[in-house]
Amino acid sequence: MADLQAGDSIPEVRITPDKFLTVRYAGASGDFNPIHIDEEFAHAVGLPGRILHGLWTMAQVARAQTEAAGGPEHLRRLSVQFRGMGVPEQEVLVTGTVREAGEGRVVIETVAEQGGKQIIRNAEAELSL
Amino acid sequence: MPVNAQAVGKTYEPVLYAVGREKIREYARAVGETNPLHLDLEAARAAGHADLVAPPMFAVVYSAPAVGPPIFDPEIELNFAMMVHGGQEFVWGAPVLAGDEISTTASVKDISESDGRGYYVFESVSTNQRGEQVCRGTWTNIVRGV
Repeated sequence: MADLQAGDSIPEVRITPDKFLTVRYAGASGDFNPIHIDEEFAHAVGLPGRILHGLWTMAQVARAQTEAAGGPEHLRRLSVQFRGMGVPEQEVLVTGTVREAGEGRVVIETVAEQGGKQIIRNAEAELSL
Repeated sequence: MPVNAQAVGKTYEPVLYAVGREKIREYARAVGETNPLHLDLEAARAAGHADLVAPPMFAVVYSAPAVGPPIFDPEIELNFAMMVHGGQEFVWGAPVLAGDEISTTASVKDISESDGRGYYVFESVSTNQRGEQVCRGTWTNIVRGV
């Protein structure tokens, strides 16, 4: 079990989604929106290309919390705002800082960024420890 | 066109989802999970679980199918082509294991308009076969140009 105190940073998560990640995640999650899996469609609707599923990126934010806490059972709540868009084949970095800790409950402010731009912001996680 | 908020409070039919062991593994691999509770049956059992444990964000897999009907409900008049997923919250309860049957009920929590954007907030409440709440989701979708 982790010992997290106010002001602590949680270990960062770095992951580079490969070229076909969005296809695997579409199958795993059931979200086959073509903006994630079809390059031509993505261009046709004005995107730079296929974009990451926001909920895949949220799963990276969740993983940073559960790895910091020592297991999935500790994550009680996670809220995020999606901004901009993530793309395959570029590293995603998740960081977080403990805002409150006490009486078995920890609140963490956390973000996900890619290429210096936040793609998940104002995220807040609540852990029970 | 102003947003139509008449559907606030509307509740939809529950959607059932049977959690499979290989589906948990497939999801866990797609999101980069390495915790053996999600991948290794022996490790999950050694930790006191009856079967593989779903990662928290597996909530997307069992609850998203229930959120489709409100998004496409003609009464709500949500312009899907202009919709972006603005925010998401999950609150977790009892753990979800392979073999569980999860029932999810979606409802319309709020519809509002601000600066030419429509905000459509849906809620999903998921319970297992014992009636224990496993997850509550709040899905905020933003529609540009309303």
